[in-house]
Formats: sequence, structure tokens, C-alpha cells
Amino acid sequence: MFADLMRTGGEGTALARRARGLCARVMLRAGADETLVIVQGGAVVSVQPGPFVMPSWDVAISAPAEDWRLFLQAVPPPGSHDVMALVRRGAMRFEGNLHPLMANLMYFKLLLASLRPEPAA
Amino acid sequence: MKIEPITGRYGHLEIEGRPHRLYWEEAGEGIPLLCLHTAGADGRQWRALLNDPEITRRHRVIAYDMPRHGKSSPAPGTVDEDYRLTADGYVAQVLAVCDALELEKPVVMGCSIGGRVVLHLAERRPERFRALIGLQSGAAVPPYYDTGWLHRPDVHGGEICGAFAYGLMAPTSPAAEVDETRWHYMQGGPGVFRGDLFYYTVDGDFRDRVARIDVAKCPLHLLTGEYDYSCSPQDTRALAEALGIGWTLMPGLGHFPMSENPQAFLAHLRPVLERIRAA
Repeated sequence: MFADLMRTGGEGTALARRARGLCARVMLRAGADETLVIVQGGAVVSVQPGPFVMPSWDVAISAPAEDWRLFLQAVPPPGSHDVMALVRRGAMRFEGNLHPLMANLMYFKLLLASLRPEPAA
Repeated sequence: MKIEPITGRYGHLEIEGRPHRLYWEEAGEGIPLLCLHTAGADGRQWRALLNDPEITRRHRVIAYDMPRHGKSSPAPGTVDEDYRLTADGYVAQVLAVCDALELEKPVVMGCSIGGRVVLHLAERRPERFRALIGLQSGAAVPPYYDTGWLHRPDVHGGEICGAFAYGLMAPTSPAAEVDETRWHYMQGGPGVFRGDLFYYTVDGDFRDRVARIDVAKCPLHLLTGEYDYSCSPQDTRALAEALGIGWTLMPGLGHFPMSENPQAFLAHLRPVLERIRAA
């Protein structure tokens, strides 16, 4: 689900330039499936699918797989179009040290939205 | 150069005994239509309305920047105060602006916190207004995140406020208007958005007061965008049902309809203004 982040947020991308000072280990959970995303200097440098035995991360973003699927639609429906919309309705949870996430909130919103397909013209 | 028909001016008035230098923009002639911006933003949100010849032909459209917002600075000597907007203070502010501009039976239209304060106005001073319009208006929004993140030294306030505003808009709204809207938030003063949300989530809670509104004394119109998760369509529906009035769902719009997708919003607003004029 998140493998494409290396392409959309990797070194040299516009997203990487947006968050130059950011270094964080971000755990993305879709139901029981875990993916560890490592960001260095604003660039996604690693996307490792789980399962993990002893994962170490700064911040985790968790939602049921179905809610991620709704979020990642080209035009997501109301209530699923933004991470805070998911938080508002109790479908998403932020855990850990939230500072990297909140200090770079726009970056994370755009990074996750970069996985959406282009809307049909 | 194309010059817009909007004029901006500063006025000096007292609000709750404190002197203020307040900025407002206006255009048009006719029925006064006072527009209230959202938390943490300013009157630029109403730029399309102020530029719409059909509406300004029949209405004197006025949009002021609340104190601490846009070009309205804090009252002298208060810049370092811990800012918290209250229901009493917000009502006093709107009435002071109406008095200072000598608005006779204006229509007041507010969005979000402005959509909440029209409820307080309907309860307390319905005789003062020809009609009230609440956009993204609900009786309450229980806190769903820690607003402390909006004002702390290790997080850029403009960046995070802009990011919060961004998510409240519809994914289908035009990118240029979305960017304009979040830029207003990125320019907000430190702690202002959080201070406004104190009214929105705590002091302005209207749930126990809905029954005190008599819509026969002052018509109340409610319009809400479907993508808003702060004041959701369900929130507005519950309010409308409690008041026994209808409401308008605006598909494809979010929390800032007049700013994120002005033309789509105006299509919903025009019939409301027609009904108000005809009444």
C-alpha cells in the first residue's frame, strides 16, 4: 500500500525539498499490516514492509485498511479526504512523539496523498 | 491593471471599553450584508462576494477583520495577553461594528466561528437583524485534537495552521483558491487561531441554548459544505432539526465555501439572498 513512497517522496522530489530538516522513523499501520518509512533530510530513503519483531519508530499513523483505501482514492469521499478527517471520526490514530508529524503536518498530508492516483480528466 | 471595486478602510471604535483600530472592506449598495470570517483567518475570505456585481448591486457587502486578524491589530497594550475569544466578547464585537458603521437591520453571515456567533446573535438580539446566515454552523464542536499544537515555540504556527485549514477543504476545490485560503491561515498572528478555537470548542458551546432561538423573530438560514469534518453536515442537520428549519447541503465544498470555491458557493447563496430580499 505504501511502497510507492520511495518514488513520490524520495530524494530529489518536490516533497523532499519541502521538509529538508526532517528526519523521522514513521510507522504506517493498515490494520495489522505495518510499514516502516524512514525519512532523512526530508527524503523517503526506506520503505520496509513488516512484520517486525522489535520495531523502533518516532511516530505511528494507524487506520484500518478500509479507511486507508478510502483515503487513497483519487477523489476521496467526505470524512476520508484528510488525515485529520479520519482522526475526527475515530478511524485514525497518531501515536508516539508527535512533534515530527505536527511540525511537518503539511508535508505528511501531501506525502500520503501522493499515493493517490491522478483523478480522471 | 484590473482594479477591483472593493474599498478598504480603517475605523476607530470601542469594543467592550477598549479602543480598536479596525480594518474593513466593502463594496456595493443596498441591504447591509456583514460577513464574518472563520477562526484564524481574515476578511479576504469574502473576496468573491465583494467582487460579485449581481450581489453588490443589491447589497452593501462588508467584511471586517476581527481584532488580531488580518489588518486589525490587537487593542493597544494587549498584544501580549493570552488571547481567548469568548461568546460575550464576540457578540459585543459584532454589535459594536454594526453600531459604528450605522448598519440598519443588516443581514449577518458568518462561517464556522462566525456561523456559531449568528446563533448567539439570534438568541440575544434577533430584533437587530433582517436575517442571519450560518455557514458551517453547528451548536458545538467537541475538541478532537490538542489545539496546543497550534501555538508552541517548536512548531511554526503559520505552517501548522495552514495545514489544518488545508485539510478542511474539499479535494475538488480549485487549487488557486485552496492556496489563497490556507495562506490566510499561514499569515495569522501567534496564538490567534488557537484563541478563536477556545470560543469554537468551549465558551461558544450552544447546545443548551438552541431552544432559546425563535426563528420567527429573525430568519436563520444554514448552509454547510459536505467535506467539512469540523462542523459536519450532520452537525448542521441536527441544529436545523432542533430549530425546525430547513438547511442547505453544499456538495463538493468544505469548511470555507466562500473562499475555497467561491463560484460554487455563490450558486447556493444567491437563492438565500433572494428569499431574504423577498421577505
